[in-house]
Amino acid sequence: MILIFINPRILLSDYYQDTDIYCRMKKKFGDLAAVDGINFHVNAGECFGILGPNGAGKTTTVRMVYGFSPKTAGTLKVFGLDIEKDWRSIKSRIGVCQQENSLDPDLSVEQNLLVFARYFNIPPGRAREKAQQLLQFISLDNRRGAKVTALSGGMTRRMILARPLINDPELLILDEPTTGLDPQARHQLWQRLEELKTGGLTVLLTTHYMDEASRLCDRLVIMHQGKILVEGKPADLIREHVGHNVIEVDDPAENLRAFVNSQNLECEDLGHRLIIYGQGRDDLFHEIGDRFCTGGCILRMATLEDVFLKLTGRELKE
Amino acid sequence: MSILLSVSISKRFWRVWQRNFTVYQKIWKISFIPPLFEPLFYLLAFGIGLGALVGKISYHGAPVSYIAFLAPALIAVNIMNNAFFENTYASFVRMYHQKTFDAMLATPLSIDEIITGEIIWGATKSVIATAIMLTVISLFGLIHYPSGLLILPLAFLGGIAFGAIGMYFTGITPTIDMFNLPIFLFVTPMFLFSGTFFPAENLPAWAQAMALIFPLTHLVTLVRALSLGSITAHLLWSVMYLVIFCLVFFPIALIKMRRRLIK
Repeated sequence: MILIFINPRILLSDYYQDTDIYCRMKKKFGDLAAVDGINFHVNAGECFGILGPNGAGKTTTVRMVYGFSPKTAGTLKVFGLDIEKDWRSIKSRIGVCQQENSLDPDLSVEQNLLVFARYFNIPPGRAREKAQQLLQFISLDNRRGAKVTALSGGMTRRMILARPLINDPELLILDEPTTGLDPQARHQLWQRLEELKTGGLTVLLTTHYMDEASRLCDRLVIMHQGKILVEGKPADLIREHVGHNVIEVDDPAENLRAFVNSQNLECEDLGHRLIIYGQGRDDLFHEIGDRFCTGGCILRMATLEDVFLKLTGRELKE
Repeated sequence: MSILLSVSISKRFWRVWQRNFTVYQKIWKISFIPPLFEPLFYLLAFGIGLGALVGKISYHGAPVSYIAFLAPALIAVNIMNNAFFENTYASFVRMYHQKTFDAMLATPLSIDEIITGEIIWGATKSVIATAIMLTVISLFGLIHYPSGLLILPLAFLGGIAFGAIGMYFTGITPTIDMFNLPIFLFVTPMFLFSGTFFPAENLPAWAQAMALIFPLTHLVTLVRALSLGSITAHLLWSVMYLVIFCLVFFPIALIKMRRRLIK
């Protein structure tokens, strides 16, 4: 199969000078297109999210962005530079939190930061200073001598966040940073990320937690099966695809289904539960509640999760 | 694809070496024990126990004691083991189980630098172990000086040779248990038939020819010559063999590891 991309490089050259990431690319593993022609850009100073179910191609995408995986075709610019040619200077300006824990178990908490600083050729004095700052930032300065294997899940994640900050990156790439954390640890991590964002750091984030994306992302894309389905600001996407409110009815009666059909309402029928997207009709809930509901019937705010499930479907993806 | 085709090694590979050295500094007291005691055990068991049965061995026409014949071979075997095991089991654990290489690949280090740093580190461990063994064996008066000092740079060369082929196996082995195969088929035969415990000349002609393929045969020849202080021009062939072995397996190890790590 031949992959052809329209690549108006000359016209775009001015455009991607101002972006931190300009990406228009494809990735194939054998015959499988893991990333099937995606197209996005990330502006300096913004937090950009890549959402999608497991196997959507999120990790493959960010791995190409930080030069871990070579792309199969397309154009990818980071800070206006070519990742294949200028990978070393790009990598020295970014920080990456990988999905899997890759902290060095042979080293202590502080040594993890100091040894990592050496990979960036940071002089020892400055590295110690920065390590001290970061350990305070993630509230681990009292555990500097501990083995990283002795840390709790939340502490480990905080360490994984701190380590790529050792080189004062301009762009931070986070691949599912809060997977497997308890609510306290997640909120702590989000708070740290918000502080970093305020400091002007550009963030590229993958997640399948919608609350995380709503809270952190300025703009996001939803990926599914290697393609981007939608792009936009979280609030815009909710308004556009679901509306303000969602009505959920348990064990819906047949006449309700008929009513929904007759009114041409957008809905999802899960059998035991009917989910009706309000699409701006505020009176709808009372009408449905009064006329058709005997049991559970609730009105709630539409969330990014509704958009996500509506677009990517409800069945398991893997 | 350009990452695949061009070799990118800057002096940054020392950062990888430094990482391993930092870890070594934490456990050096334990790392010191095997090269300190292993030669003692071997010399006791084989040199004194078996040596009483064997008596003198003819080396280049001159008789030498069995213990003086054996001691240099033990050093050579240790050079092989230190680099080979460092770049198989230890490197595999760092690559596969600890994701250390993955973390490094998110920094300005290239795959080639990571692998080079690992192999140079394996060779460094060979040199450290050799220095300790050399000291112990010298106390028995079994090393001829100053030629014996050349064993240290030789340990580095041998370490790179065995580290490179070890790294090649790391590049192709699916699971850590599979290292049994190269150890059984490659390391063990070399350990026994490289002129280590008996002169290779005692083997039938075809086996002698085969032994010459083993890198350990050449390493044993060199360490023994330096230990006994009998240096001849003929030794250059063995040095050349080891250099060529490095020049072949170092790039192959890089290629196999790139294939393994670049997804």
